[in-house]
Amino acid sequence: MRRPAFWAGLGVAVLLAACGNEANISQQGPAGVGPEPFLPGQQRGLLPKMHIASPAQWGDQRPTVPRGYVIAAIATDLRIPRQTLVLPNGDILVAEGKGGGAPKLTPKDVIGGYIKAQGNSSVKGGDRLTLLRDGNGDGIYENRSVFAENLNAPYGLALIGNQLFVANQDALVRFDYTDGQTRAIGAPVKVTDLPSAINHHWTKALTASADGRFLYVGIGSNSNITERGMIAEADRAMVWQVDAQTGAHKPYATGLRNPTALAIQPGTDQLWAVVNERDELGPDLPPDYLTSVREGAFYGWPYSYWGQNVDPRVRPQNPQKVAAAIKPDFALGSHVAPLGVAFSTPAMGGEFADGVFVGQRGSWNRNQPVGYKVVFVPFREGRPAGAPIDFVSGFRGTDGKTRGRPVGVSLDPRGALIVADDLSNTLWRVTPAR
Amino acid sequence: MPAIVDRPRQRPLHPVHGFFLAATVTLFLGALLSDLAYATSYQVQWTNFASWLITAGLVSGAVVLVFAVVGLRHADQREWRYLLYGLILLGAWALGFINALMHAKDAWAVMPEGLVLSAIVLLLACVAAWMGLFNLRVGDVP
Repeated sequence: MRRPAFWAGLGVAVLLAACGNEANISQQGPAGVGPEPFLPGQQRGLLPKMHIASPAQWGDQRPTVPRGYVIAAIATDLRIPRQTLVLPNGDILVAEGKGGGAPKLTPKDVIGGYIKAQGNSSVKGGDRLTLLRDGNGDGIYENRSVFAENLNAPYGLALIGNQLFVANQDALVRFDYTDGQTRAIGAPVKVTDLPSAINHHWTKALTASADGRFLYVGIGSNSNITERGMIAEADRAMVWQVDAQTGAHKPYATGLRNPTALAIQPGTDQLWAVVNERDELGPDLPPDYLTSVREGAFYGWPYSYWGQNVDPRVRPQNPQKVAAAIKPDFALGSHVAPLGVAFSTPAMGGEFADGVFVGQRGSWNRNQPVGYKVVFVPFREGRPAGAPIDFVSGFRGTDGKTRGRPVGVSLDPRGALIVADDLSNTLWRVTPAR
Repeated sequence: MPAIVDRPRQRPLHPVHGFFLAATVTLFLGALLSDLAYATSYQVQWTNFASWLITAGLVSGAVVLVFAVVGLRHADQREWRYLLYGLILLGAWALGFINALMHAKDAWAVMPEGLVLSAIVLLLACVAAWMGLFNLRVGDVP
């Protein structure tokens, strides 16, 4: 039977031809970093470019830090630590949880969800806050307690006076807190509901204004690029300003696809955010970014990115919104996936005294992985001034294995950077060597 | 006295073969209609429907391909129409597979290629079904 063999050969040839353009591996490094990033043309083959992290254990290895700094694991076996808060007495609160669970609408959701899950921890989210204490200041956090539990995928944390605010995936809640407390007393009090229908991007970033009047809540979009419908995007992809006492809210800035971490700049009291941009427009497009968040501003999503670059996947289009979109301040590189931002202090020393640390969870939508590290963006006169510097790296080993994925970062004003790692479920602490 | 025409020996399609052949056409037709609905309404639910209909069409089409290959063993070597039938079927399936990947793009990125492919796939499936259900059936039942 020669002919069936011919058919089979033809079939394979057709499929190979169909997939052939996927074999072109992008060898470029992260393009488009800085205040004026280069933006290449849009591209998307028949399959999205992918490289999923292949997890491995740390063993005796440790992440890499610059000379003159040391790193230590101060807590392990956490349950998906995402964001941290250093309390006034030096205790560290860790929000542990994993939300989401958006329904799978298409065969792509089913297959893609399974593939991407390979690069994540299989541990179940803790839905709790863990408190760590270093009683004698030796850098070892010997006391560990559960501060609060049975929360709903807690993420953002903020302290205003004696009130601790926690952004669950569906509501902003509040606990009373007094210095030295190791366990919450009583059930949390709801400040306001947060948009939670579908929750494609479930994380609710949180920070408090310098004067303590307001809370800012980062709310991610309900899709990559409107593929769950326009109606699902009501009240999404924006930062809310919430009155801390009444819970009343208003949109503070919009068009921010997934603002995963917020911080107030010391001195200027300006709100800053890191934002995860859209996927499937190419390996070097569009840049994820760090930006000061201007009140009332529209940052483009979904209609455009980095100012007026129109995304053709959105229908109906909206030229008025595109024209109104403003450019962010500083591109971090495409697909690096920033999930943490923290302003440094002089106690961090040397070249890391003035600037922000950004935790980058790392890419999936790229053949050459990027991110998977904590970078430092140097500032001068309150603005980004220079290329990002690797501060904590080595999460992806030279063997191609991924041992950790850095997410939330926070500063201990005594001179330490706290890095949450949601793959190895570890909390890292980086300090200047003394 | 009616004339007896000496045709090559042919078998009708196995009923399961015919069932899935018809189903494949229906599913790909549904996909094309869903694409048309999305193209004119911008309501993304239609493209979700199209994705599932194409996937179901590929599953159904794979069953038909299996029957076609198995049937080939029993087919008369000279029956070029059967080979053509199989080839068109394979073409519809291969383009349908590409169309499934095309429909895995987000929102309007599916358009216009997805709509064009859906139309071509449906056309090929219709031709295959016509050949399979009509041409191949006219023969003496063994």
